[in-house]
Amino acid sequence: MPWIPRGLREGIVTTPYPRRPDGYGRGFRAAVAVRPGPHDRSRVGAAATACPTDAIADGADGPRLDRGRCVLCGRCVALAPEAFELDADFETAGVAREALVVPALPESDAAVAAARAALHRRVRALRRSVHVRHVDAGSDGAVEWEVAALTNPVYDVHRLGIFFTASPRHADLLLATGVGAAGMLGPLRETYEVMPEPKVVIAAGVDAVGGGLVGRGYAAAGGVGDTVPVDVWLPGAPPSPFGLLSAILLAVGLLPGGGHGTARGAGA
Amino acid sequence: MTAPAGPGPAELDRFPDRVADRVGRGARFCGLLAAPAADGTHLVAVLAEAGGLHTESAVVPDGCAGFPTLTARLAGATWYEREIHDLFGLEAIGHRNLDPLVLPLAPGSSRPWPGSGKPRDAVELDVAPLPPRLRGEGVFTIPYGPVRSGVFESVEYLVETPGEDIPSLRTRVFYKHRGIEARFEGMDAADGTLLAERTEGVASVAHAVAFAGAVERLAGVEVPEPAGLVRVVHAELERIANHLDSTIRHSEGAGQAVAFARLSLHKERLLRLRARLCGSRFGRGVVVPGGVSSGLGVPARELYAAIDQLQRDIRSDLRMLMATPSFLDRLRGTGVIPADLAQDYGALGPLGRGSGQSDDARLARPYAAYGRLGHQLFDPHPEGDALARQRVRIDEIEGAFHLIRQAVDRLEEVGGGAPWAVDVGDRVGGEAVGWAEAPQGEVFYFVTMDDGRLTRVKPRSASFHNLGLFHVAFPNDILTDFAFIEASFGLSIAGVAG
Repeated sequence: MPWIPRGLREGIVTTPYPRRPDGYGRGFRAAVAVRPGPHDRSRVGAAATACPTDAIADGADGPRLDRGRCVLCGRCVALAPEAFELDADFETAGVAREALVVPALPESDAAVAAARAALHRRVRALRRSVHVRHVDAGSDGAVEWEVAALTNPVYDVHRLGIFFTASPRHADLLLATGVGAAGMLGPLRETYEVMPEPKVVIAAGVDAVGGGLVGRGYAAAGGVGDTVPVDVWLPGAPPSPFGLLSAILLAVGLLPGGGHGTARGAGA
Repeated sequence: MTAPAGPGPAELDRFPDRVADRVGRGARFCGLLAAPAADGTHLVAVLAEAGGLHTESAVVPDGCAGFPTLTARLAGATWYEREIHDLFGLEAIGHRNLDPLVLPLAPGSSRPWPGSGKPRDAVELDVAPLPPRLRGEGVFTIPYGPVRSGVFESVEYLVETPGEDIPSLRTRVFYKHRGIEARFEGMDAADGTLLAERTEGVASVAHAVAFAGAVERLAGVEVPEPAGLVRVVHAELERIANHLDSTIRHSEGAGQAVAFARLSLHKERLLRLRARLCGSRFGRGVVVPGGVSSGLGVPARELYAAIDQLQRDIRSDLRMLMATPSFLDRLRGTGVIPADLAQDYGALGPLGRGSGQSDDARLARPYAAYGRLGHQLFDPHPEGDALARQRVRIDEIEGAFHLIRQAVDRLEEVGGGAPWAVDVGDRVGGEAVGWAEAPQGEVFYFVTMDDGRLTRVKPRSASFHNLGLFHVAFPNDILTDFAFIEASFGLSIAGVAG
């Protein structure tokens, strides 16, 4: 049994998150944040033009960035560093699609709070343990690595009562990835329909949220939101395991502090 | 580059012979694609010959319903002709089975014709269950997928079995077809690179290098040496991550809980190192047309230390794993692809190299900075089973670390620094092929551009080519071997479905 001492060799490698913050994350692209103004309008304009997914809109009260479209290419940060910066805060999930826009739209706060309260009332029964069914609806394949990483010793989501299940009939949470490929819309919908109530749906990754770079096409639906009723929207291209974990916790109301439910990142 | 030949059905009839003759003279058939053009639809065979990938083409005139099949001469053409049929409706005359592969269209739904630039409506699919192929007492069908048990990419394997053996396996890959090829149309080279990274996300770097290679060939530029070295570092880290992933899945299947946990930990640390170097755990944003976006984000001294530690940990656990009989027993003799079959089909990457093939684009057709670096050579593993493929991957992990160290050494010597990329210009035009050796095997991009805009892009991942061999990998195997054979192929369905 020479493997046994090896299993003990490293001591505890599991993250303290969500009980305590994890030090990992700095220098890692989780999101783009908009810095407080004033901004150079021409540089912001250049950044908006260069954005490959039209995630940036420059309005009267300054630029807004839709993280649900952002593929984290960093072009805006290079072109207008006084307006945009890469942010390591991975708790980027929102309980409404418009909550992914930073800085937050003034009218979205109340709506987001209401959506969060309604969601958490509905899924109260899932707080002690949640069973997850992942469905790839046309991903690029990378996000599956990040989902699978949740069961490695570093993230070890079993410690939090989060389990992956093969049968959708045993599942509480549908974790959908990918752009909504034409061939997967039916299987995705069927998976959702046979899940028992209460159930909750996460669109994981920018492809699932808004289509990302693939977008809408003859065989791509520009996200999964038209096919299943999404409760939690998680940006990222692909989202990191920490991002995925925080989205699951947000979905069942277990994110420390109740979860903002809206993207932060309006600047320091 | 072969000049496009003049139109004419007689010339089209000779096309299979022309391709087969070049294969007879030592070329390897890499793939077949169609590209709409003014004078008809170009049929382009890509061939690996000394020094690079070259093309042989013919024109299918407008109004002509098909072309003579290549499959009578080249076994590897089977899936390509099915794909062309799906995307363009052009029939490979004489092909024995043109069942839909990437796009099973409902009657009346229009074909997407990638490269035509025409507007397209959302397609309507016809995804009826396949009827059984086998008859016999107690034979039943197991559909694995498209939603599978566990965290997998969506694909359907239809197994027909009398109980244990797998006499028939059919693969349906169309579920996650995203229409990537058409999406490239109209993009500039920079956006195209971002999309190439997402064509097969676990091999983002290799795809970006192959795509950018085609653009750089069109622009007639050479990537600066430091940029080539940075590409090597990221591409080799990607290789180690993928080979670890395949080994992790083997360990999980074999019930090696400690090996599974430890190798998963090493993979996580490796992805974190990649994020430290460039901000992305998948090396995204590193490759740009003409070079790279920046240097390595970590001082060389720290990088050496991180690499040394990773290699020590990985090597020690893999050594132990390869001395664990209950692990080896599951792989030995499992999923055999005989060498002659691998040769005829042109099996790529670790799948080919585990069946006696030696081709590796890094050595045979060097790109990036591979031509300037020394490659470790390993004993061949020609046995053709999952164990041979595992041994190949372990060797390649060692080789990758060796290449990374040399690349970092050389970066220190040449001093790196700006400019990390040369300008490819914004008026690029023409037709070219770029390639790279992804962890899964050779990936190539056929690219045509006009005035700086992409007109036809055909990515061909090794996953697409190799998955065509999957159904023959079960000669003596039973249902419980399935997971091992799948993991030993080490493919990504995103790269297959397109």
